[in-house]
Amino acid sequence: MSGRRLRRRAASTVMTGVVVLLAGLAVLPLLLIFGHLVAKGAASIDLNFFLKTPVPAGQTGGGVAHAIVGSGIVVGLAALIGLPVGIGAGIFLAEYGGGRLGWLVRFVADAMNGTPSIIIGIVAWTWMVKPMGHFSALAGAVALAVILVPLIARTTEEMIRLVPHSLREAALALGYPRWRTSLRVIVRTALTGIVTGALVGVARVAGETAPLLFTALGNLNFSVSLSQPIQALPLQIYVYASGPFEEWHRLAWASALVLMGLVLVLALLARWATRTRYGTR
Amino acid sequence: MTTTATPPAQPVPAAASRPQLHPPPTRANHADRLYRGVVTGLALLLPLLLITQVGELAVNAWPAMRRFGLGFLWHSTWDPVAEVYGAGPLIFGTLVSSLLAVAIAIPLALGVAVFLTEFAPRWLRQPVAFLVELLAAVPSVVYGLWGIFVLIPFLRTVVVPPLRAVLGWTPFFSGAFYGSSMLAGAIILAVMIVPYIAAVSREVLLAVPESQREAALGLGATRWEAVWTAVLPYGRAGIIGAVMLGLGRALGETMAVTMLIGNRHDISASLLQPGYTIAAAIANEFSEATTSLYLSALFEAGLLLFVITLVVNAMARLLVWRVARGRAVGSRAL
Repeated sequence: MSGRRLRRRAASTVMTGVVVLLAGLAVLPLLLIFGHLVAKGAASIDLNFFLKTPVPAGQTGGGVAHAIVGSGIVVGLAALIGLPVGIGAGIFLAEYGGGRLGWLVRFVADAMNGTPSIIIGIVAWTWMVKPMGHFSALAGAVALAVILVPLIARTTEEMIRLVPHSLREAALALGYPRWRTSLRVIVRTALTGIVTGALVGVARVAGETAPLLFTALGNLNFSVSLSQPIQALPLQIYVYASGPFEEWHRLAWASALVLMGLVLVLALLARWATRTRYGTR
Repeated sequence: MTTTATPPAQPVPAAASRPQLHPPPTRANHADRLYRGVVTGLALLLPLLLITQVGELAVNAWPAMRRFGLGFLWHSTWDPVAEVYGAGPLIFGTLVSSLLAVAIAIPLALGVAVFLTEFAPRWLRQPVAFLVELLAAVPSVVYGLWGIFVLIPFLRTVVVPPLRAVLGWTPFFSGAFYGSSMLAGAIILAVMIVPYIAAVSREVLLAVPESQREAALGLGATRWEAVWTAVLPYGRAGIIGAVMLGLGRALGETMAVTMLIGNRHDISASLLQPGYTIAAAIANEFSEATTSLYLSALFEAGLLLFVITLVVNAMARLLVWRVARGRAVGSRAL
């Protein structure tokens, strides 16, 4: 009897330990990746890194100014196209999404969120690059926008759903028409959440490489033209990491550190903004 | 996206169950109608986008479908010079790398989910959950970079030699190990999908009623027995759904795999040998596909990948919804 109880107690303790161990093991890669990014990338981040463009392969020096500016252009344009559509669709889902159409849009949004980004890349190629005859920053932006829309639609919906029902009731009781209630009261209350959701979504597409491979293509030179191929940080990392030169690897680590820093800052910002607003669980 | 937000303070009622506070106006209210029309129009863009996506893929894949028929699925010749394409190795590599990744990721992800919901002290829950969310936010190409310069050297010097000494006689660990391999690809995939499986499983476990735990504990179960016999079985369907969401991610993951898996059109039982996946093949060969049939074959592979991920994701969502009905489970993790 007591032997059996002892065994069960021991089993419980052991399994708790195993769970803790597994959880630790799952988080370990993140700490390792951060550690390596800082260890291998931090030393290369200086003014040149941000202000210069690449030097010919094999030489040392140079920076990734063209990729940073390019990423800014492509991602900014993608946000310009994708955010209004995504936020509008999110408002629809939260305000009118109870019926069959709402179910369909929600399902499609989730399906699109699960679509491999490389697929979006080749579809955007058929939409933009094939008819236009050349790769362009615009094509890259369209590809990223297609990824952004369903992402933003779902987060916007969730943020609007968090707004207490009483607010809507109060506004409607005061005689506000429905659209004003929605825009001026509900969406406005949820605005912090929507904006942070948008920021996080934008940060995610900023890290995407696959959709840009056949749309923005990449460019070794500084370019700001929307109709020309353009470089982006993730593309740059891919090329540099796969290349044979020490110098390229050095720049790849530094670029990755910058990209990761951007993602981290936005994630922290999102966490902070939603926490102060809605409290914690 | 995992990093989007802290979870809602309480379960959000499903839209369907929400009372109609504002019945449809009998008088024509133009502004209301316009507003509704605009947001509905924007929402309709989503199904439209999906349909055109599928259409584009199908149209572009058609020449290859007609030429190779069903044999495309299992033939293993991929010869751009002779214009013969078979996606057998690609499909094999996609499935093997993803399933292996899921097998590695399940214990880790469930460990995180169970730890966060059942065992962790309250002060530790938020920070750990945040770390796991961050893991999902790391760009794929950064995983690839880390894989090339850290994971592969680690595998080569520390993991593979003893592995081969013990299991080298089996076909699964035979042959020389050069670094880029199925094993490396599967491991990086596992690391990448752990946060997705963990986040959704955690939501599922949180949706398990407290009475379920209390009943088990009340019957004299230890804490682990309560988790193992009462909590996990209750959330089983949702956890399977979470795993399938992770599988969907793994199947379509491109950059990290392209950088690590070796990219060779080969079917090899050995995990130490290079392999290939559909996504990696498209990433590598799309821009060098010089003939229209070559391009079409890649599109067909893409269409195949698209359909597989769509089915896996749809099934996953239905399972998750069944457990945690009405909660916005899962979407946050994507």
